[in-house]
Amino acid sequence: MLDERKPCLRGRGLTKVFGLGRSKTVAVDHVDFDFKEGEVISIVGESGSGKTTLAKMLLGLINPTEGEIYFQGKRRDISSNRKRKAYWKQIQAIFQDPFASYNIFNKIDSVLLDCINMIGGKRLPHEKKVEMMAEACGFVNLKYEELTNKYPFELSGGQQQRLMLARVFILKPKILVADEPTSMIDACSRATILDMLMQLRSEGGMTPIFITHDIGLAYYVSDTVYIMEKGRFVESGSADDVILKPQEPYTKRLISDVPKIYEEWDLSTV
Amino acid sequence: MNRVILDVRGLTTKYITRYRENVYAVDGVSLQIEEGKSLGIAGESGCGKSTLALSLMGYYFPPLHYTSGEIIIDGINISKMKPDDVRKSILGREIAYIPQSAMNALNPTQRIINFVEDVVQAHDSSVSKKAIYEKAKELFESLGLPAEVLHKYPVELSGGMKQRTVIAISVLLLPQVLIADEPSSALDVTSQKMVIKMLRNLMEIGYIKAMIFITHELPLLYNVTDDIMVMYAGQIVEKASAHDAVFDPLHPYSKGLMGSIIVPEEGLRSTKLTAIPGVPPNLKNPPSGCRFAERCKYAKPECTVTAIPLREIGNGRAYRCIFPEDELRRMYAKEAAQHA
Repeated sequence: MLDERKPCLRGRGLTKVFGLGRSKTVAVDHVDFDFKEGEVISIVGESGSGKTTLAKMLLGLINPTEGEIYFQGKRRDISSNRKRKAYWKQIQAIFQDPFASYNIFNKIDSVLLDCINMIGGKRLPHEKKVEMMAEACGFVNLKYEELTNKYPFELSGGQQQRLMLARVFILKPKILVADEPTSMIDACSRATILDMLMQLRSEGGMTPIFITHDIGLAYYVSDTVYIMEKGRFVESGSADDVILKPQEPYTKRLISDVPKIYEEWDLSTV
Repeated sequence: MNRVILDVRGLTTKYITRYRENVYAVDGVSLQIEEGKSLGIAGESGCGKSTLALSLMGYYFPPLHYTSGEIIIDGINISKMKPDDVRKSILGREIAYIPQSAMNALNPTQRIINFVEDVVQAHDSSVSKKAIYEKAKELFESLGLPAEVLHKYPVELSGGMKQRTVIAISVLLLPQVLIADEPSSALDVTSQKMVIKMLRNLMEIGYIKAMIFITHELPLLYNVTDDIMVMYAGQIVEKASAHDAVFDPLHPYSKGLMGSIIVPEEGLRSTKLTAIPGVPPNLKNPPSGCRFAERCKYAKPECTVTAIPLREIGNGRAYRCIFPEDELRRMYAKEAAQHA
């Protein structure tokens, strides 16, 4: 059934090497993937497994050393500024640390106005823009009246992360790369944010890509899980197959390292 | 009944803001921990977990101020002591505290051993460096950390290793109580497991006699501690054994927290995470009645009239809600049936 969906993002032999000669580090090592439209994808691995490097390449923030990325069937071209901007209308990101994601000199209004401008609403009347901003804030359970004229750092971490989602709501990108979106916020706001992400996906036809070390989170949200070890995908498949019937020792270890509540947590294996 | 190591009665501490407003972040907290037991504190951001940890040390600095209550560690009442005495003879010796992101506290220009020497000599300047090294080496090795770590600089260690090093150093003077505030939340799952294993080891070997573990990750608390205490808006709203707190929560807030658990186990995908709507009250002027009433879906008009006392229901359990326990369980069962 999944195969009937249109391919969204495809990678062939994607590689990133940092450094040269003896100090060479292969962060991402010839990975291939086919992300289908509307599918929820998780890339799971430990710190240092290369998952953030991969995310940055997908976003076009760093260039791959080798390999190709295909976007909606065509080779991705971000060689000029204009092409890159056009690409960024289709792909957006939420990062781990909301406190580091905003420009501290910009007010919340301008954060949201930028998004409206980006989708071509620069010449809209002011009332219309306010309406759009209020709608976006309402979607993420924030009150626009309380936010206007404030700076992002005046909000709590969970609120800032929701403001990020309000941006995504306005931009309606095709792909959303969420790099550890909930690891810095508490368990209670986590549920809220995941619910909103899922709602965005079903309403806007977005393809979310979760980058996480929390295999529980990956299991809860995703259709397809990719397990990453030392720059390579060691296991991939549907969430139920990978998490409940893991084949690779690395996947088994990752799963055993997460504290559980229905099974005994075996501490002797570290 | 075992010997009570830490006995806290009605502890209230407040922050005084720039505008002379009082914020009671810890409001009338009482708890007892017996020898060999560990207590977990759960709650969302801003509920007063970390302030409670700071307050328990008995060493206050502005904007945090002591208001009332008693802290008794193994028979010594530290809430009546002078700050300097607390610092000299209590911190590190009776009670040790590992703050959040403790690993960043290591001085990048010093080797670990220099830091260890500083810690020990600050309490007792007569100890020789050689004795300190021998002691530290023995401690590190018993906790599964290689002794070479002592000669390294912090930048040479990984995040998980730094965190374990800091924990090892914190128990160097054999404190009775260890307070660990989110010791593993900045680490990935594998390092987290190593940290947890080490904390358990500390208890088993007997380097510490009691532990308080603070986190918002309930599956972690369930696996680490004997009892769980849930805090909301500066107050304890529920106290129970770890098993009861996770599988049979009574207070509607605890129930809500349990609904946000994510574990990679069968059945998770079919359940829907429940988020608690709204935000915690502002502690500058907390509501007079139940502090959770505003966000509670079971709230009645009576909830907001007077302050709700913490109700003891035996077996070490207590909760702060006007509904009787049977009625709460009935309501939860009814709701679960509706979902299914």
